[in-house]
Amino acid sequence: MADQPLLRLENLTLHFRTGKGIVKAVDGINFSLGYKEAVVVLGESGCGKSSLAKAILRLLPRNVDSYSGKVYLEDQELMALSDEEYRKQVRWVRMSMVPQAAMNALNPVLKVGDQVAEPMMIHHGVGREQALEQAAKMFQHVGVPVDFIDRYAFELSGGMRQRVAIAMALITAPSLIILDEPTSALDVITQANIFNVLKRIKKELEISFVLITHDIATSSELADRVAVMYAGQIVEVGDAASFFEEPLHPYSRMLMASVPRLRGETEPEFIVGQPPSLLDLPIGCRFADRCPLRFEKCAQEPPVFEKSGSTVKCWKYA
Amino acid sequence: MVAPAPILTQEETAAPLLEINDLHVWFELRRWGFSHAGYVKAVDGVTFNLNYGESIAVVGESGCGKSSLMKTILGINKPTGGLVRFQGRDINHFSRADWHAYRAQVGYVQQDPFGALPPFMNIHQILEEPLIVHGVKDSTERDRRVRKAMEEVRLTPADDFLQKFPHMLSGGQQQRVVIARAIILEPKIIVADEPVSMLDASVRVEILKLLRGLQQLHNLAVIYVTHDLSTVRYFSERVFVMYAGNAVEKAPILNLLRTPLHPYSQALLDATSDPDANNALTFRELPPGEPPSLVNPPSGCRFHPRCSKMIAGLCDVAKPSEIERTPGHQVACWLYK
Repeated sequence: MADQPLLRLENLTLHFRTGKGIVKAVDGINFSLGYKEAVVVLGESGCGKSSLAKAILRLLPRNVDSYSGKVYLEDQELMALSDEEYRKQVRWVRMSMVPQAAMNALNPVLKVGDQVAEPMMIHHGVGREQALEQAAKMFQHVGVPVDFIDRYAFELSGGMRQRVAIAMALITAPSLIILDEPTSALDVITQANIFNVLKRIKKELEISFVLITHDIATSSELADRVAVMYAGQIVEVGDAASFFEEPLHPYSRMLMASVPRLRGETEPEFIVGQPPSLLDLPIGCRFADRCPLRFEKCAQEPPVFEKSGSTVKCWKYA
Repeated sequence: MVAPAPILTQEETAAPLLEINDLHVWFELRRWGFSHAGYVKAVDGVTFNLNYGESIAVVGESGCGKSSLMKTILGINKPTGGLVRFQGRDINHFSRADWHAYRAQVGYVQQDPFGALPPFMNIHQILEEPLIVHGVKDSTERDRRVRKAMEEVRLTPADDFLQKFPHMLSGGQQQRVVIARAIILEPKIIVADEPVSMLDASVRVEILKLLRGLQQLHNLAVIYVTHDLSTVRYFSERVFVMYAGNAVEKAPILNLLRTPLHPYSQALLDATSDPDANNALTFRELPPGEPPSLVNPPSGCRFHPRCSKMIAGLCDVAKPSEIERTPGHQVACWLYK
């Protein structure tokens, strides 16, 4: 791994304007990602993890209130680019995405081969024949039979459609792919198959992943590092090995304890209460209301502390 | 008002609560809307009994027929062959009044709570409706039962929720409303079709524990349909694994987790991850291919094209019958003959 990270986020912020007020979906995110590395962003629904993916790829809806911070990709600052430059130079060229429920994201009236080939024709300016050839290669990488290239999305099973969506993200040979809940609607065996595909791609094509998910058990299939998100902020970042062994932040611990396990006898526990609304965030630590270890200091916003190679946003580690 | 069927008022008969014998549910396929083009054999010969107060889990992938089986139990699909007996009576011979009474005995917890709740009704109206349909005329009595059901699913204080509409609640709260609606008529059976798959990890366990608590409190029989084996052990005593319309293995849950017999059950267990950083270092061994079409399922054992232990000339020719390996643990596989 090179010294300089592939992707670095500095105080990335994305707020939305709504009828009820400002939704602070992404509220000052810092983290970095190395080459050939997979980071898992874990969080419950409504914690802003999908908005984080949109903020990184600058796929913004119309009601953006503020969008600020810095995104460095191989030391180029991306926020300085205009939208058009960003589209031409970055999106789907150096970074691409597999959207949530990608199996339903395919165009029903286009053949899947043409859809996979399209980014190649648009971003690399190659002809249709050549792009389809490349698409066939990508189909092999993700384990879709090459003759499926002439089929439509409805002729494929959910798992196959998901693989096609991954092929579409891969075809322009980006160095980073953002996966937003890639397997949440799939069956267990299909899910495990998709993770096998992702592991193989990571090895063979030397690609980095940001995997956004709420499923802790399957996230461990891919993770090199884990970032835990809560109410618009990242509360802990650590190596997968130490995180799955012993998470630090009280929220991460409780989240881990809520996972039903197939092997082992531990009874899962649930977290009482609900995450705060992103419209009306509490002052101080955002988890304090649900935290069993809360003390006076938690009324102030905790800084990020270093603890044995991990970073954690909790006063307990001061 | 419809007169209640006499047999349903009789408690704890000698017969099991629900008896399913060689059940077939086939759907006819038509070409251009009229000429016959075959059948989708969604459920093809399933047999099991459900006793009073028992919780069983049905595990299988999408398209294995588990939802068709559930819908047949709920009376939404008609069985094309075989028997479904409720308290000893065949549901094929139910009259309108019998169906009406039967539906009060079987509660349904849907997979997607938001889709299952009518958006134009508030929580009070949603919970009151089954009571109105089943002839509770006194509105104070209805109100009392609505509040009691909300208490039981811990939607408290009830006054905070009664006037709200489903979209104003979180996913976990919506699922509680669905559960309250399923138990409000004090049924004997609850059919829970993937009740937590749409919910967040931290809420899942809460809802499962709630359902488990209600099951024990009211001595309910629960059929828990899921594709997630890791939640089953906290919920059900017995589990049965379905593949392509057939039940391939039936076992007490710990037996299945410790010694799965059918190669398909083994594959399901192998494919399920626990959070562990070592998972990222290895590839999982999985059966190749995908579940077969239910229109033309493979001959013999339906799993044979994907099975690594396939015995040529046997598995692809003859359908294995069920054999009992240890008490209560049955498997339909030629490896154990």
